[in-house]
Amino acid sequence: MDSEPVHADVALTVNGTGHRLRVDTRSSLLDVLRERLGLTGSKKGCDHGQCGACTVLLDGRRANACLALAVAHDGAEIVTVEGLADGGRLSPLQEAFIENDAFQCGYCTPGQLCSATAVLEEARRGWPSAVTADVSRDPFLDDEEIRERMSGNLCRCGAYVGIVAAVRDAAGEPNRAARDPGAVAERIGSARGGEASRP
Amino acid sequence: MTSRVEGREKVTGAARYAYEYPVEGAVYAAAVQASVGKGEIRWVDHDSARAMPGVLDVLSCENAPRLEDASNAELAVFQSRTVAYRGQFAAAVVAETLETAVEGARRLHVEYAEEEPDTRLRDDHPGLYRPEKVNAGFPPDTLKGDPDGAFSSSAVRMDATYTTPAEHNNAMEPHTTVAYWDKDGSLVLYDSNQGASAVQSTLARLFGLDPERVRVVSPHVGGGFGSKGSPRPSAVLAAMAARAVGRPVKFAVPRQQMFATTGYRTPTVQRIRLGADADGRLNAIAHEVFEQTSTVREFVEQTATPTRTMYRAEHRRTSHRVVALDVPTPSWMRAPGETPGMYALESAMDELAVATGVDPIELRVRNDTGTEPESGLPFSSRNLVACLREGAERFGWDRRDPAPGVRRVGRKLLGTGVAATTYPAYQSPGKAVARAEPDGTFTVRIAAADIGTGARTALGLIAAETLKADLDAVRIELGDSAHPAAPVAGGSSGTASWGTAVVLACEALRGRLNGDVPPDGIEASADSAEALKRREDYARHAFGAQFAEVEVDADTGEVRVPRMLGVFAAGRIINPTTARSQFVGGMTMGIGMALMEESVMDREFGDYLNRDLAQYHVPSCADVRSVEAVWIEEIDPHLNPMGSKGIGEIGIVGAAAAIANAVHHATGVRVRDLPITPARLLPRL
Repeated sequence: MDSEPVHADVALTVNGTGHRLRVDTRSSLLDVLRERLGLTGSKKGCDHGQCGACTVLLDGRRANACLALAVAHDGAEIVTVEGLADGGRLSPLQEAFIENDAFQCGYCTPGQLCSATAVLEEARRGWPSAVTADVSRDPFLDDEEIRERMSGNLCRCGAYVGIVAAVRDAAGEPNRAARDPGAVAERIGSARGGEASRP
Repeated sequence: MTSRVEGREKVTGAARYAYEYPVEGAVYAAAVQASVGKGEIRWVDHDSARAMPGVLDVLSCENAPRLEDASNAELAVFQSRTVAYRGQFAAAVVAETLETAVEGARRLHVEYAEEEPDTRLRDDHPGLYRPEKVNAGFPPDTLKGDPDGAFSSSAVRMDATYTTPAEHNNAMEPHTTVAYWDKDGSLVLYDSNQGASAVQSTLARLFGLDPERVRVVSPHVGGGFGSKGSPRPSAVLAAMAARAVGRPVKFAVPRQQMFATTGYRTPTVQRIRLGADADGRLNAIAHEVFEQTSTVREFVEQTATPTRTMYRAEHRRTSHRVVALDVPTPSWMRAPGETPGMYALESAMDELAVATGVDPIELRVRNDTGTEPESGLPFSSRNLVACLREGAERFGWDRRDPAPGVRRVGRKLLGTGVAATTYPAYQSPGKAVARAEPDGTFTVRIAAADIGTGARTALGLIAAETLKADLDAVRIELGDSAHPAAPVAGGSSGTASWGTAVVLACEALRGRLNGDVPPDGIEASADSAEALKRREDYARHAFGAQFAEVEVDADTGEVRVPRMLGVFAAGRIINPTTARSQFVGGMTMGIGMALMEESVMDREFGDYLNRDLAQYHVPSCADVRSVEAVWIEEIDPHLNPMGSKGIGEIGIVGAAAAIANAVHHATGVRVRDLPITPARLLPRL
C-alpha cells in the first residue's frame, strides 16, 4: 500500500556522538535531531529553508536541517548548537552573542550561531560573498560582509545590530590581520567610527 | 547593564520551548485548513485518512467533542460546519509520527458547499459599522468642537488618505502546544504564549474545567509580538486531540497555516485632515479609520487613539468604522492602534510641515501640549519635545536642507525624516510570591512571560533592589500558570504590572525577615490590585522621536535605510541592555513595515496569498544597518514603584512614518500606501 511508510537505516555523528537509527524516509534531518535524538537546540521556524533557525553544520558546512532528508545523509557529521561549546566553555561567538545581547527570544539564536560559526570559517578560507569587492583577495569581515553572509538567518526580534557586533567581535584578530594592514585599518575605522561617535 | 539571565541557556540550545518538552508517548497532530473562502462543510471523509497505518484519529465537525463554551467562535474549533474564512481549521489528523500526520492531513477529503467570500476592505463598504468599543476598551468615536467648520476655515489645510496593509506577526517560534490529560482529568499544556494565566483561564472555560485543573507551562517563548497574547485555535486543537486519543499530542502550527489561524494586523484606510494657521498651529484634527474584522469575532484595532493624545487643537474628531468580512480574524500585533495610526498622523504632520514651510521638529514643538487634549488630564510626564531636541542634536538635524528631492549621489537619492512616537503606559493587577530561602537566596514566583523581552532579568533586578540583595541571589520563576496569576506580556505593560506585584511581595517579605531563615523558608505574597485602584488620574504615556536616513535608488526605486535613531522618554529604564534591544527591535520591525511587510488578500478565494517567509518579507540582516536607540532620563512619580513605562512597542511606533518622510525628503514623492516598495515608488520617480 502506498501509504505504508518506508524506513531506512542511517548512521549519523552528531556533536561527536555516533547514532545508528532507522528513519522514516520522509523525515527531515531537523525532525530526526529534534524528535528522535532529543537535540532540540536546532529550531523549526518555517520548515521550508526560509528562516535559518534550523541551521546546523553538516559535514563542515552550514545547512538548513529542515531541507535535508535524513536518509540522504547517511554517514554525515553534524554539529548543532549543542556542540558549539567546548564542554562548559562557551565558544567566542556564544560569548559575544551574550555580551552584545544579540538575541531576545532566542529562537533564531542556535541557527544564527551555527551560521556565524560557518561564516568565520568561510572567511578564513577566503570564500567571497556577493558583496566582496575584490574576489582575488581574502575577504575582510566588515559589517557589510557580515550582514550579507548572515542574511539567511532571520530574527524577528530585530537583534541584527547585536548579531553583527557579536560576529565582528568573534572574528577578532585573525580578521583584522588581513593582508593589507593599511586598508584594514581604514576599513575598521569606517565600520566602527560611525557607531562609536554616537554613544 | 545586565545581560539576560537566561543567556547561557539560549546560546547553548538548552532553553526549552513548548514543543521541546520530552513527554512520554507523545503523538502528533496536523491540521487541515478550509479550502473555500466561505461556506459549509458538507462531509469529511474521515476514512480517507484513518485507513493509513499510524493514523490514530481524525477530528472535525463530524465527531469533535462539544466545548463547554463556544462563545468565542474563533476558538470554537470543529464546533460548527460553517466556514467563516479560507484557512480556518476544518479537521485534524492525529498520528504516531509527524510525517504520517502531515500525510494524513494532505489526503483527508473534505466536501464543501461553497459561497462567494467578501474579502475586500474599502472605505465605502456598505457593511461598515461603528463598533461599541475598540481594542483596549476605548470608545470608537470622539468629537470636540466643530472640526469640519474649523478645518474649512483654516489657513492651511492638509487632507490625505493613507493605507496600511495587513501584516503578520511572524514570531520565529510558531504557535506550538504539547497537550496531555492526566488520569484525574486535569489538562497540562506546554504552550507558546504571552501569558500562562490567560491560557489557563480560557482553556479551562472552553473545556469546562476548574482553572486549577489546567496547568500551562511556558518558560521560554520564541517571540509573540501580540499573536500569542491570547490562546489561538491551535492550543484548543491540541487539547481536544489529546483527549480524543488519550495520549499527549504535539501540535506546531506550520508557518503557512499561521497566516490564517494565529492573527494579524488589520489593513487600514485612514483619512487625516489637519487645519492650521500659517505658522502650523493646529486648529482642527480629524482622523477617520476604516478596518476589517472577521465574521466570527469582532476585533477592532484602536488606530485613531494616539491622535487623541498627541497634539493640541481646539476642534477634533476621531472615528473607527469596521466591516466584518470573510477573512481570517485579526488580532494584536506590536502596538495595535499606535503603529498604523501614528504612521498616518506623523506622515500628515510631515505634509503639513512641507505645506507651511515650518521645520518638522519645530511644527511638533509648536503643537505640543501639557494636558491630554481629549481627556483634559494632565500628563504624568511628557517629554516629547526633549526627545525631539535630543534627537535633532544627535542626528545632525540642523544641517538638513528641507528641500525635497535635491540630494543625489550617483544613483542614490538621499533624505532624512522625523516622526514622533508614543505609547500608553498601561498597567494591570497581578500577584507574586517572594520567598527567602535558608541558604540566603531568594525565589520570586509569578506567572509572567519572558517572550524575549528580558522580563526574567528585569524582574530579577527589581526584586534584588527591593530586597537589597545581589541579583545572583535572586531566582525568578515565571512562565507557569502554577505561579501566582499575572497579566499577559502585552500592551507594553509586563514590567510595570509584574514589577509592581514583585515589589509588593518583596517588601512584604522584607517586613518578615528578622535574622535567620528557618529551614522551610519564609514566604510572602502580594496582589497589586488595591495599589492600582489608588492611583490618581493622569494621562500616562511614553513619548519619543524617530529619525531615519534613506537612500533611494533612482533607477530601481529600492529604498535602503543606512541610519535610524530613536530617542525615547519612557520613565525609568530598568535594564539598559535589554531595553536597548527592545527599542532597536521595534525600530527594526518598523523598517519592515515601511518597506516590505504586506499580506495580500486573495480577493477571489479568500485568505492571504503570501503564506511563508519567502513571500512575506521581514527585515533580514542586510536590511538593517545603523539602528541606534537612546533615552532621556525621566523621573515620573505617578507610575508604579519602579517609575517605569512600557518599552516593548514604542520602538515600532512612528518608525515607518520617519522612513516614509525621509523617502519624501529624498525623492519629493509622497507614498501614502505602505509598504514603500519599488513597484509603488519607481513609477513616480
